[in-house]
Amino acid sequence: MTSELYQRDREWHPPALAQNYKTSLARSPRNALLSIQGSASELTGPTFGHDEIDAIDNDLLRNYAKTGDPIGERIIVHGRVLDENRRPVPHTLVEIWQANAGGRYRHKKDSYLAAIDPNFGGCGRTLTDENGFYRFRTVKPGAYPWRNWINSWRPAHIHISVFGTAFAQRLITQMYFEGDPLIAKCPIVQTIPDQRAIDQLVAALDLNATIPLDSIAYKFDIILRGSRSTFFENRPEGN
Amino acid sequence: MTMTQSLDYRKETASQTAGPYVHIGLAPGDAGFDIYAHELGHDIAGPNAKGQRIKVTGIVTDGTGAPVKDVLIEIWQANAAGIYPGQGDVEDGFRGWGRVIPDFESGEFTLETIKPGEVVGRDGRKTAPHLNLWLVARGINVGLNTRMYFDDAAAANDKDPVLTLIEQAHRRDTLIAKGDGETYRFDICLQGENETVFLDV
Repeated sequence: MTSELYQRDREWHPPALAQNYKTSLARSPRNALLSIQGSASELTGPTFGHDEIDAIDNDLLRNYAKTGDPIGERIIVHGRVLDENRRPVPHTLVEIWQANAGGRYRHKKDSYLAAIDPNFGGCGRTLTDENGFYRFRTVKPGAYPWRNWINSWRPAHIHISVFGTAFAQRLITQMYFEGDPLIAKCPIVQTIPDQRAIDQLVAALDLNATIPLDSIAYKFDIILRGSRSTFFENRPEGN
Repeated sequence: MTMTQSLDYRKETASQTAGPYVHIGLAPGDAGFDIYAHELGHDIAGPNAKGQRIKVTGIVTDGTGAPVKDVLIEIWQANAAGIYPGQGDVEDGFRGWGRVIPDFESGEFTLETIKPGEVVGRDGRKTAPHLNLWLVARGINVGLNTRMYFDDAAAANDKDPVLTLIEQAHRRDTLIAKGDGETYRFDICLQGENETVFLDV
């Protein structure tokens, strides 16, 4: 089943070239993107099954635990994957990655002096349920310094990758936490020109979803491009 | 000013860069640790796919000419009959999707798959065989879409609905991999001279 997607609003997304995020200067195309109308190449996409993903993969408190629990603020991150028409996106793959509570990534290229947590890997994945809901358990990541300006610090954030049903819905973004004063200072956040689009990346504290005496919760909905049911010209079977 | 009903759409979640540690989430084995029993994206075509087995190598370079060693590329393609998974019957195990990252030292990536067939485009026109590619990396704020075509399908390329849309004819070459039927070279230039054509899909 293929249907056409609404045009991506590229004034809502960050531009390729954002002066204050220095790495974007040499990694942004100078020519205009070539706009093409969607065909099967863009409107189909990969699917994933429960046979490929372990039940524990969405539990970052357990999926790399060796001798005990990771250190840090125990949190639940949950929400829905919806499209611009507010329709749930069921059975789609959501992948996340993050630093540990001290802001250190388990990556051979990260040399920040904050310690690795022996019981924390920092990645998770899950499939949304039939109503588009997803859920992770993890620790709240710490801020970390990076070489942009002399004294740049990323806000606490979790990277999120989502598929949807079409390859042209593919999205990677970052989730931030309500009330973090670093959000307003971050050149990566501020690549986004519209404050409303930034606000949409900030997860809200969700006391209703906390587990008392166990884990605090944040709610984060992810919105993918909406679609309209439109016949492919001369190809009614494509609808 | 006249007020109207709200259209009541929600806005798409804005993109952010995948950052330098994208491998932790999407290719943890390459980040240096084993966590998942089954890592995704390693086998595009699977063992039963019909068609010509091919290997593609290349380097992604930035505007200064330096290799982008922390890029992650996803591939989406049809099978040899021009059918995408989900669109019709494909061979058992044919995924059509994969992920590759370059060697951290050299910046060169390699992917192995089968050569896709011609796909029926939106108006019934055939599109030349191609791989759909999506690139994310530190410094890339919204993932970049492009396509890889094959230099030994010149007749099909000349009629392809996307290649022929590129106004500056010489830039079409940036989407055409050079090969011998088995091994193809496809370098991607993010910026500057020979900048690859990127697509708004």
